[in-house]
Amino acid sequence: MSVVDPIAGTIADDLPARPPSALRIMMRDRRAFFGLVYLGILLTAAVFAPWIAPYDPNAMDYMMLEAPSWSHPLGVDDLGRDLLSRIIHGARVSIFVGVSTVAIAGVLGVMMGISAAFYRGWIDTVIMRYIDLQWAFPNILIAVYLVATFGTGLLNVIVAISLAYLDDFARVTRGMTLTVKEEQYVAAARAIGCSDWRIMARHILPNITAPVIVLATVSVSNAILAEAVLSFLGLGVSSDTPTWGLILAEARSFITRAWWLGVFPGLAIMLTVLSINFLGDSLRDLLDVRETRDIP
Amino acid sequence: MTGYILRRIFGAVIVMWAVATLVFFMLRILPGDPLAAMLFEADPSAAEELRIKFGLDQPMIVQYWKWFVLLLQGDMGNSIYGSRIPVSQILIEAAPRTISLAFLAFCVSIVIAIPAGLISALRRGRPIDHGVTFIAFLGLSMPDFWLGILLIILFAAKLGWLPAIGYEPLSAGFWPWFSHLILPATAAGTAFSAIIARMVRSSMLEVLKTDYVLVARAKGLSPWRVVMGHAFPNALIPVITVMGIAFGLLMASAVVVETVFAIKGLGRILIEGILNRDYPVVQGAILVVSFIFVFVNLLVDVLYVIIDPRIRVD
Repeated sequence: MSVVDPIAGTIADDLPARPPSALRIMMRDRRAFFGLVYLGILLTAAVFAPWIAPYDPNAMDYMMLEAPSWSHPLGVDDLGRDLLSRIIHGARVSIFVGVSTVAIAGVLGVMMGISAAFYRGWIDTVIMRYIDLQWAFPNILIAVYLVATFGTGLLNVIVAISLAYLDDFARVTRGMTLTVKEEQYVAAARAIGCSDWRIMARHILPNITAPVIVLATVSVSNAILAEAVLSFLGLGVSSDTPTWGLILAEARSFITRAWWLGVFPGLAIMLTVLSINFLGDSLRDLLDVRETRDIP
Repeated sequence: MTGYILRRIFGAVIVMWAVATLVFFMLRILPGDPLAAMLFEADPSAAEELRIKFGLDQPMIVQYWKWFVLLLQGDMGNSIYGSRIPVSQILIEAAPRTISLAFLAFCVSIVIAIPAGLISALRRGRPIDHGVTFIAFLGLSMPDFWLGILLIILFAAKLGWLPAIGYEPLSAGFWPWFSHLILPATAAGTAFSAIIARMVRSSMLEVLKTDYVLVARAKGLSPWRVVMGHAFPNALIPVITVMGIAFGLLMASAVVVETVFAIKGLGRILIEGILNRDYPVVQGAILVVSFIFVFVNLLVDVLYVIIDPRIRVD
């Protein structure tokens, strides 16, 4: 039913039927589509790993260093373990570490950034001095330093990577909060007597989520890379859990004889990182966020 | 300008002091006594004796002061592992390897990235631009240590052109040095190269839109002169800032890639120190690696003021 107005013309015809959903927009972007599909497959494989993986990832066999074949699609490692099964199980650790570290770093970093910008004064000084210090070094190196002090193991690796990525979140949040807190709605909230906490949680936070979401997406890929690097260096989760970095570390002595051991685990890492970055780029366009930080 | 440079040097000294202090306290406050790792299974009285000998019975702040004074003299203690060589000696042997690797990685990256970025900007939207953009994106998503493994598989195992692992000092001749380092340098420099190529491209696209480039074109300069004489030098300024930030990435990559190629540089020393719980070595390696970072950041800041006169106003 259209209402005809002599001046404005057909109002109802000018209105779009329904704004397209975020998911639909992203599916139209070819790279984001690839990313979503790959991550969907990866996530399914990780969750259902024990049922999907053709073999037990730690089961050894007499057929050692066997090239890819129908029974072992990605080949067999030096202890006769099926590479495909190990990579599928490795996805669990990568995804778990990637998501949990970003959740921790995100929550802590956002809290630090908002309170620094909101209160200013000595709180801001203390937080920013620390953030600046950490900023002087690449995150992956900070993670190595922290593992050096805490020791290895799943929990320590998660803590180390979380702390290493804290500064990015604190920095982005602080910058955004400094602008947002000058807005009239913040003054209005204060005028009607909202508590500091309520202003930060209900008025500032919702208005700075876009850049934080983009940063969080990109950080997941960086955290997955960091976990792989730590595992590869022998500073990772543990030597009996297959992770992508560990599989590569163990393969190092055999790559000249068994190329598949060096190629496939890294391919899994690269495709994951690539997919998440595609997704991040697409989100950046979708949420209209300026470049946050280009360098991992 | 001198004031600015002095302020930056002061800032760098403060950062180094803060890193040293953090390293000292974190390794001591956290559970896990350095002596416990050292003594394995000694009896308690011997442990107490050693505790006194190393001054570990004294208040933390006194220990810190003594440690710091020794550090300023370049004494970082001895390795508690194996032959107990001084940490400073281990690091002096390792540093040139890491620095050579980082230096070569930097040179290779620049030599690839700048022409790639330039061509990409000048041929915007053409296949070559898409190609460069795609390769750069790939380079940023590839784990550096995996790239190292791929390079070994291809150039050392399959083709047999280059040695797979090890290091030769430059004093052994250029080719032995270069042939051992070129694969690790490529692995360590790829992400850096991708960042620089992207930056050169976007910076050139900005500059090509400016009025002075239009003027240069209008007065009939050859395209080569317009690009190399007018556009490129101005496009370089933001590239240098990014280079400074991304150099950290390159150094971090060098530290990781050393493990792939079995080069006993600072990164390898740090990792082995962590795995052996050799705290003096870990401390020393962290301090030296951090020092290189802080020094490079300082260098970039100073270089930036010299290159871009507009900053001096402030």
